[in-house]
Amino acid sequence: MSGHVRVDVRVEGVVQGVGFRPFVYSLATALGLAGRVGNDVEGVFVEVEGPKPQVDEFLRALERDAPPLAGIERVSVVAGRPGSAGGFTIVDSDASGHRRALVSPDGATCSDCLRELADPADRRFRYPFINCTNCGPRFTIVRDVPYDRPLTTMAGFTMCAACAAEYHDPADRRFHAQPTCCPACGPQLRLLEAGGSEPPGDPTGLGAAVLRAGEVLAVKGLGGYHLAVLAGDEAAVSALRRRKHREDKPFAVMVPDLGRAALLCELDGTAAALLTGRGRPIVLLPRAGDAPVAESVAPGNRRIGLMLPYTPLHHLLLAAVGEPIVLTSGNVSDEPIAYVDSDAFTRLAGIAAAFLTHDRPIHIRTDDSVVRPFLGRESVLRRSRGYVPEPVTLRWEAPRPILACGAELKNTFCLAKEHRAFVSHHIGDLENYETLRSFAEGIDHFARLFGIEPELVAHDLHPEYLSTKHARDMTAAEPVGVQHHHAHIASCLADNGEPGPVIGVAFDGLGYGTDGTIWGGEFLLADLVSFERIGHLAPVPMPGGAAAIRQPWRMAAAYLDEAYDRRPPERLEVARRNHTRWEDVVSIGRAGLGSPLTSSAGRLFDAVSAVLGTRDTITYEGQAAIELEQLADPAERGAYVATVSGGGPLVVSGADLVRAAAEDLLAGVAPALIAARFHNGVAEVIVRCCRAFRDSTGVTAVALSGGVFQNVLLLERAVDRLRAGGFRVLTHFRVPANDGGISLGQAAVAAARDRAGVLTGAG
Amino acid sequence: LAHGAGGKATRTLIEDVFLESFRNPLLEPLADGAVADGVAFTTDSYVVTPLFFPGGNIGDLAVNGTVNDLAMCGARPAYLSAAFILEEGFPVADLRRITGSMAEAAREAGVTIVTGDTKVVQRGKADGCYITTAGVGMVDPGVRLSASAAEPGDAIIVSGPIGDHGVTVMLARGGLDIEADLVSETAPLNGLTARLLGACGGGQVRCLRDATRGGVATVLNEVAEAARVAVVLDEEAIPVRPAVRGACELLGIDPLYVACEGRMVAVVDGRSAGAALDALRGHPLGAGAAVVGRIAEDPPGLVLLRTGFGGTRIVDVLVGDPLPRIC
Ligand SMILES: [Fe+3]
Ligand SMILES: [Mg+2]
Ligand SMILES: [Zn+2]
Ligand SMILES: [Zn+2]
Repeated sequence: MSGHVRVDVRVEGVVQGVGFRPFVYSLATALGLAGRVGNDVEGVFVEVEGPKPQVDEFLRALERDAPPLAGIERVSVVAGRPGSAGGFTIVDSDASGHRRALVSPDGATCSDCLRELADPADRRFRYPFINCTNCGPRFTIVRDVPYDRPLTTMAGFTMCAACAAEYHDPADRRFHAQPTCCPACGPQLRLLEAGGSEPPGDPTGLGAAVLRAGEVLAVKGLGGYHLAVLAGDEAAVSALRRRKHREDKPFAVMVPDLGRAALLCELDGTAAALLTGRGRPIVLLPRAGDAPVAESVAPGNRRIGLMLPYTPLHHLLLAAVGEPIVLTSGNVSDEPIAYVDSDAFTRLAGIAAAFLTHDRPIHIRTDDSVVRPFLGRESVLRRSRGYVPEPVTLRWEAPRPILACGAELKNTFCLAKEHRAFVSHHIGDLENYETLRSFAEGIDHFARLFGIEPELVAHDLHPEYLSTKHARDMTAAEPVGVQHHHAHIASCLADNGEPGPVIGVAFDGLGYGTDGTIWGGEFLLADLVSFERIGHLAPVPMPGGAAAIRQPWRMAAAYLDEAYDRRPPERLEVARRNHTRWEDVVSIGRAGLGSPLTSSAGRLFDAVSAVLGTRDTITYEGQAAIELEQLADPAERGAYVATVSGGGPLVVSGADLVRAAAEDLLAGVAPALIAARFHNGVAEVIVRCCRAFRDSTGVTAVALSGGVFQNVLLLERAVDRLRAGGFRVLTHFRVPANDGGISLGQAAVAAARDRAGVLTGAG
Repeated sequence: LAHGAGGKATRTLIEDVFLESFRNPLLEPLADGAVADGVAFTTDSYVVTPLFFPGGNIGDLAVNGTVNDLAMCGARPAYLSAAFILEEGFPVADLRRITGSMAEAAREAGVTIVTGDTKVVQRGKADGCYITTAGVGMVDPGVRLSASAAEPGDAIIVSGPIGDHGVTVMLARGGLDIEADLVSETAPLNGLTARLLGACGGGQVRCLRDATRGGVATVLNEVAEAARVAVVLDEEAIPVRPAVRGACELLGIDPLYVACEGRMVAVVDGRSAGAALDALRGHPLGAGAAVVGRIAEDPPGLVLLRTGFGGTRIVDVLVGDPLPRIC
């Protein structure tokens, strides 16, 4: 019969666990088409036949009307021979073949589920684990692919008849929703007191009562346990800080809704869109003048990290409490977040008065993601829950599969194959044994989920990074060493889908340089394959190495010694405050004793922060620079001038900026103006160097990367001035500018070198 | 420069070059010395800047170091040789001070320097004075010490506060006068080891190591790797003098990685830990002995440090000179 056709369709991307098969089913049946649809390890396959116009419409609608959580990467269509037409069916999953299907990130509770949650007539009324194909847990509960209930942590919950009926009904929103459940068959919420007893009553209401009593409540979330207190209760927040051994690092705050968010922070359209985004990240926003939160939520900070409820449990809890709560990772100090029940009970027993918990296991520890608006877009600062494992698309394919091991702190790893780079969730500081285990196990998990057997292993050049050592132990793969700041710039290039060459400005805390010294204030002429160091900050000693990082006043001592040719003015307060150790620190710096040289921009910010009396010692990474940024008066336009010298690489004198700051301070200029003039001076000298590089190389694009560019004031000033100077400026959006983005940069470099045929094993 | 700082880079050089050329069953374990037919034999070269430092000089080090290498094999040190490489013009008075210290150290250890050699090289071809010593000692039957003998449940003991020597030398090298009461603890340990072996005989002492280059951390990594066990240290139990802690804090270094001279690490059967501690504390050089951790099964090959907050930090072998890793 003419006009009757059959096509075999393959859909790749995030198409499992997002309601894709039911969508295909209803689309096909509505058009009166026959055939079948199923999941396999590569994604979704569809065989469909019927009159040609309807089949054409089917193919058009397939991408156009796809479900909200779906992320279609590729649709391939092959004509087939029409068979005996019957109905349309959904077939069981097929686990054979290559593993290509993408596991989707966890998704915030959808509006349909929220409506049911609040509907007394619904059988899931107030059920804290309600979900459907459009929302709910995914990455955090998946043990293996294909994404099917037996391979998730929901395997232990047998569906009741009512749930099973929905699950098998192609017209239902829960058709093949793997984590679907109800009060009769699914996970159960409990409230356990720290002593182990379980008081009778509604666990959510009891949990809310614990919070209202000013106590700490541990809450089991999607990727791990959180610790919660009322955000307005100073006594409770400071008690939480003491028990967690977390002195100053800001806490995130969860608010019931956008209305409440607007009371705490300045909210515009972009901010609202980020807060309500599917990944429900923590969004850093300017704090409202009279924000009703306790001082110790974010001490001395002009911004607050806000998030909205993202699980039904959070919705119920926030509704019961009725006000903002601090929701911070369930751990002590810098430990990884607790995610296994028994471990959480042990580790958090001394912190939390009670645990709001349940019996759905978490398979993989995943922290909350952190973003902020920049230039009207989302800029990711920590990429984790709700974002991972969605791949970053590589503009140019990797010829051979790659593992990139990342850096040491804020570690992420990345597995890349063809045009996809799977950047892992935030792993953390590898020196911690639990974290190193998460790193090693995470690599295995990702390799299995995405069917990637790395043939190349990219790593940092720092010989002591545990990620470097891990790479060196992988004898089966060819090692590709990537310099830290080259990886930063490559990460920015990959984030923007650009190949370079670019003038890369990599400003960060530190990274191992090719000359064995510590770099961190670098100008690189770079593409994805290689780089040349064309400029840097003048090296200064870090008196006492790591101790100089924890104690910014030591950098002030080193910089002032340099700036004033060993005779800094005696009236400086920073020297007086630290007089007991000042001379010793100056001496070891001069003698080079335990004092490696560094060109780090982060250390320059530290020095100025200490000179101004903002921060002599830090309790979390980047604190001195963060507080210096907060101090700066954004209205001030003055800028200090740094000398640029040298012909090979240009050398920028950071000491000039420190001296200018010290002179102004001695002259009685307000620290807020000094901090601003310093920021402006750094931006100014970046532009000055970039002009020189443009003149000598003809390159007109500048990429800004490294943790220092998480400083919004510096970033804005640098971007504005560069654009005004006619440069095209690349900044980070999808991956962090800090070391969380290093693994993507390493993978991009390894792929580019492989394409260029410069690796040993290249064909 | 990384080669020689202790830790992995050194071992790679040793394994790639020396073991490759000289391979034999006695050398293979790469221990402090070799034991055959009841005789222990060892050699070591001494290069130190400055040559004189608070608490000692290169001469004491050269005698005590070799005596201690023998003691760590479970031997009673008997005879030493000493060979000198001197830079032309090296002051005779300095040489007299050095040899005087050597004679004194030998007397204290109960060993005799029975043979030697001297070479003078041109000015600039050496850094004043280098000394190589070798030694032989007798091992009692039944004493068999080996890093690979460590077993889960064993106790890890250090014979006293750690880091004194390395920090003293570092400060002396920088010409800094920072803590007047810091001196090297260089001393012969054979009296101490004899006491320990006497108190817990019969295989209860698994292994003895002097924590020289790379410090306690490096020695324990060797144990963890050789025995395929985990070493779990308790941060708060590790004895460090306040002055050493202060200097380490100033210099930003971890006392666990600082070289000691005259301090040893003993791995003993957990059930004998009390007896071992008593024996050590009864000797002046072991007065500050302490149990600092245990051998565990998992994770094999790693040294972990339980910190004050209940966290667990990896104490890895340093590949080269320590450089900061944090941002
Ligand atoms: Fe970095
Ligand atoms: Mg030796
Ligand atoms: Zn839903
Ligand atoms: Zn059910």
